[in-house]
Amino acid sequence: MAFPLPRPQPPQLPHHLLRTVDCKQGAIRAVRFNADGNYILSCGGDKTLRLWSASRGTLLKTYSGHGYEVLDADGAFDNSHICSCSSDKTVILWDVASGLVSRKLRGHAGKVNCVRFNEEATVIVSGSIDGSVRCWDTRSRRPEPIQVLDEARDGVSSVKVSEYELLSGSVDGRVRRYDLRMGQLYTGHKNTSYKLDCCLSHKDTHVLSCSEDGYVYFWDLVEGSVSLKLPVGKATVQSLSFHPSEPRLLTAMEGSVKVWGAEPEDTVEDQGQQ
Amino acid sequence: MADSDTEDFVTYGTPLDPIEEDEPLKKPVPLHDQTVKDEKGRFKRFHGAFTGGFSAGYFNTVGSKEGWAPSTFVSSRQQKAGKVNSRPEDFMDDEDFSEHGIAPREITTTEDFTSGRQDTIRDKARALNSLVAPIPGDTVLEDLIAPARTSVGVEMLKKMGWKEGQGIGPRAKRKPRKQNVAEAGTRIYSCALPPNGSEESEEEEDEYTPENVTFAPKDVMPIDFTPKDDPHGLGYRGLDPHQALTGLPGMGHIDLFTLDSDRTSNLLGTGGPKHRRKGGISGEAFGVGALEDADADIYDRDALSNYDSVLGGEEPGDGLFGWTAPAQYNKKTKGSSRDASYLGKILEGFTLASQASEIKTIFPPPELPRNYRPVHYFRPVVDLASTSPMVAQVLMESKGHMPQQTQEKGRHQLDASQRRDLLGESSLTGPASVFDLLDNKDKERLEGIRRLAGVGASGAMTEERRAAVVAAGVAAAAAKASQSALSSLPQTPGSEEVLSAWRSPTADTSRSFRPFEKNPPKQARYDQYISKLKQGHKDALESSLDGSMTEWERGRERDEFVRAAMLYKPSSSSLSSRFTRAKHEDNEDMVEVAQEQEGDVNDKQSAVKMKMFGKLTRDTFEWHPDKLLCKRFNIPDPYPGSGLVGLPKVKKDKYSVFNFLTLTDSRPESGGPMGAQSQPDSSPLAGPPKRAEPGKKSRWDMSERAGQPKDALSEFLSEARSEASTSQQPASSQPAPAPSLTPEPPALSQLPPETQQLQEEEEESRPPMDLFKAIFASSSDEKSSSSSEDNSEEEDDEDGHRQMELQPPGPLNTGMDPSALPVPSSAAPGAAPGAAPGAAPEAKPPPEQPKLPAAPSKEQRQEEEEFGPKLPPPTSSWPQLPASSSVPQGDAHKKKCKEKHKSKKEAKKKHKKKHKKHKGKKEKKKEKKKKPIPEESDSTSDGSADSDSDADDLPGSISTEQLLTRLKSLRGKKYE
Repeated sequence: MAFPLPRPQPPQLPHHLLRTVDCKQGAIRAVRFNADGNYILSCGGDKTLRLWSASRGTLLKTYSGHGYEVLDADGAFDNSHICSCSSDKTVILWDVASGLVSRKLRGHAGKVNCVRFNEEATVIVSGSIDGSVRCWDTRSRRPEPIQVLDEARDGVSSVKVSEYELLSGSVDGRVRRYDLRMGQLYTGHKNTSYKLDCCLSHKDTHVLSCSEDGYVYFWDLVEGSVSLKLPVGKATVQSLSFHPSEPRLLTAMEGSVKVWGAEPEDTVEDQGQQ
Repeated sequence: MADSDTEDFVTYGTPLDPIEEDEPLKKPVPLHDQTVKDEKGRFKRFHGAFTGGFSAGYFNTVGSKEGWAPSTFVSSRQQKAGKVNSRPEDFMDDEDFSEHGIAPREITTTEDFTSGRQDTIRDKARALNSLVAPIPGDTVLEDLIAPARTSVGVEMLKKMGWKEGQGIGPRAKRKPRKQNVAEAGTRIYSCALPPNGSEESEEEEDEYTPENVTFAPKDVMPIDFTPKDDPHGLGYRGLDPHQALTGLPGMGHIDLFTLDSDRTSNLLGTGGPKHRRKGGISGEAFGVGALEDADADIYDRDALSNYDSVLGGEEPGDGLFGWTAPAQYNKKTKGSSRDASYLGKILEGFTLASQASEIKTIFPPPELPRNYRPVHYFRPVVDLASTSPMVAQVLMESKGHMPQQTQEKGRHQLDASQRRDLLGESSLTGPASVFDLLDNKDKERLEGIRRLAGVGASGAMTEERRAAVVAAGVAAAAAKASQSALSSLPQTPGSEEVLSAWRSPTADTSRSFRPFEKNPPKQARYDQYISKLKQGHKDALESSLDGSMTEWERGRERDEFVRAAMLYKPSSSSLSSRFTRAKHEDNEDMVEVAQEQEGDVNDKQSAVKMKMFGKLTRDTFEWHPDKLLCKRFNIPDPYPGSGLVGLPKVKKDKYSVFNFLTLTDSRPESGGPMGAQSQPDSSPLAGPPKRAEPGKKSRWDMSERAGQPKDALSEFLSEARSEASTSQQPASSQPAPAPSLTPEPPALSQLPPETQQLQEEEEESRPPMDLFKAIFASSSDEKSSSSSEDNSEEEDDEDGHRQMELQPPGPLNTGMDPSALPVPSSAAPGAAPGAAPGAAPEAKPPPEQPKLPAAPSKEQRQEEEEFGPKLPPPTSSWPQLPASSSVPQGDAHKKKCKEKHKSKKEAKKKHKKKHKKHKGKKEKKKEKKKKPIPEESDSTSDGSADSDSDADDLPGSISTEQLLTRLKSLRGKKYE
């Protein structure tokens, strides 16, 4: 009686520009969807972090408190907190509603490149140019990190956290996977010359990467071929972020953030008319 | 409830702001913001210490903006200018008033209304005046002429009928009453309250009271609590000039309590002249005043009678105020029962009892005998003599009643061991005293010394005696030494002691020193001896000696062993029982190094270039996450109970050369031309399960193909480590082969040494392109091949140059700075084959490889593999060195040089073949290794021709996977 599964549709890639948001906060260092994709976090070069509505592109809140440009941010699963990292060597945990700093975590020796919450937002994992990944406890008020992963030989450029694993990409050309369950450290090898953002699409079918030539490249994950070359602008695409569940893409170039969708949104046009 | 609770709280003060944790630190207040305010909240500005201090300027001092303006004298007919008396206060700051004793103005009562109490300040001033005045007592005049003036209060009182000397209050009739003064129970033990008012006056005993006479209440003398604020003694009064001249009133008999009474009398406005002195100075001083009658009263004679002996006792006077009662009333009626007046008011409905209740007599407790001790002491009842032993026994068991031989001693009479027994502690294993640590001979000697000292007349040591003692000691030692040296007894004299020392359970043999390390068989025998000692064998020495040795040799060894055992005996058990081992090693030379290190990037990059992702590009380490981290991730701790966090670390010698070697030894496989790439057999599946074990092999996973050379290297390292000293030799010997190294093709290498040297120098001055290429590994193959093309072609068939290439690794092994290595290696390429054999053994640590003159080239080869330099490969000199074309390393390009346009596969084949060759050599050398696969063994013969043919023979279809599998199989064999 089982119906045959519908043929999987070819993955839709976001190639329609839905809207452009001028963030007015200097160069956008990173742009991120929040956990459910309804909000956008933009990290500006003017030391501020801003929260936007993804559907309307309106500014909701500005978080200021960093001492230098904000390099990365992440939202907690319950949208109650935001963590951000900055060139001022600190990681800040923000209270979303009040916009106040709830923790300021100092300890990195250099600018902090990347920051991530773990799944339950109990740990903040931050990677810094000093070559260390630090795990901070958000539950306690301990000023020092839970653990410092200093295996990287060079600056850590990116960090990802899964249920039980920590992934860190380092400028020394390695990806390190810290498996908490097995208690092992895997070191892999990667050959990247410089860091620009890249990410996987919502269904893990494509790899997206920024480029200095103003395009976003969509690579097929399996075949490794370029399936789409999305022209964003003339400058370097600084950062990009893919919607967690829909074919929606954020790109940051210079001072503005662009939202891309698979299909042109009617609502957007409506709004535009209004 | 909760509400009420909260409401119950009482809060005092202002609550502090809650502390914000993340609040940025408060900045210090800048200097210009630091202000001072006076009491009134005005800013005090400091204008400089000499320009007004805090009080300069408009706001602080003068009243106008313009500053202090002198007032002008204005006087007109209408308004006469009054005389202005300027006071010092006019020129002072407000703040300074208090400092200079100028009290603030306040409302005070005028003199009319003040009581007789004088102003102390005025008094003082007057006293001062009188002293300073030319005639002492100058102010007396003033006093004489003092206006008759009474205070308002006194006047009012007088108008109300009050007379001086009377008390204040309504006049009252004295009630007749009788007082029982002698009663013991009514004794007042505390201070009597001052009688106040008429009520108290009733207490006076006056027997006679006329009917219609009322009395004013007695005058009350208020107690004057004037604090004593002078340093004089109690009751001291200085000479008072007033008295001398005027005989002023108020001076009664000198009385502590009346001292102040003059004031009180003043208070009431009465002089109260009871007995007036005729004049003269009174007070306490020396000598007699000029106006004083001799001996009059100058010296104050104070008598006890002047003092009241009873507190609250009777008043002076009889209280009748001059009225003399008839005599019969004067007699007090004694023994009258206490009456109502005494008892006070009787409650209504009660009457006094006619009979007094009997007084209870209380008997004092009996007096205790002087020797009474309030502790009961049970005397032992039974004594052994009188009772049968059976009874005694039973008694003993049943109770503690038996007379105890040893009385229970006090805590302080017990010695340490007894207390220990009482506490149930285990006894120390050590000896009881220091003397137990000495052996018998020493004890004897000490004994002798003591005896000598005893014999000596006094405690002081004479020279001779000291000499004698020393001589005795020397003699004893000499005797002992000679005994041990000469003894041919089976048991050397010291052996007993040795036995006892080593037998103790705490003796740690594993830590003991190995004195005969240089002579392994001897050390083995020594170890045996020690172990037998530990087990307590008496014949340990004999049994562990080699029977095949001559008697003399055995004797010597026996002595040596015993002596060594004595010397290196484990810390004596007695001492060791009192010390524990250090918890932390304070070894500063050690450095913590991660147990496992990541493989070299170059290898991985090369692997990536070859598209061989997977095991080759991955490492796995044991990693300990923090416990809290696991908790936060909701994951059980993978290593419960392990304290460490992060990667496990090992201690290494901080300054050891081998530290650097271990860091760099990953390079040989990667960078080395004949290292990793030269191994022909490799499989993609190589070493899958090995990852798990954290052993040293895991590190080399990525270079699985390089297994063989790696091994040799590690072997060498371990060996070299054991003899660090010998390993230094290769370094020094290295220079010898160096001159023979030339970058030139083999033909040139045959040249006389001088030319070679020249060439070498030339080469050193400008490093060859290879070096750069090796450093910048990403340079394309084509470039490298073209650059070194010329050299490579001619060198194909030569063995000799190959050997030369091997040389460069030498310096690396010997621990030279890795950074310095490239240059020699670059110079290495061509060398005379003849020179090679000599150089090779030198470069190697002696113990490792015996010289094999027959196969010099092989040795060289092996050496090269072992030391496999990560150095830039020698230039074109390596003829058939195959390398995967994808690898940008020097080896690759070298190979390219040789066969410019050959396909990758071919290259690999060659590579493989060459590797086989290596294999074969190794086998010859170390017979541990198994024979390689037959086909490979065929190809072991050196010669590039073979390799060429091999390349031809082999199908071009061999893939990298195949290569890897082969390598794997090779590896497997090797480890079997």
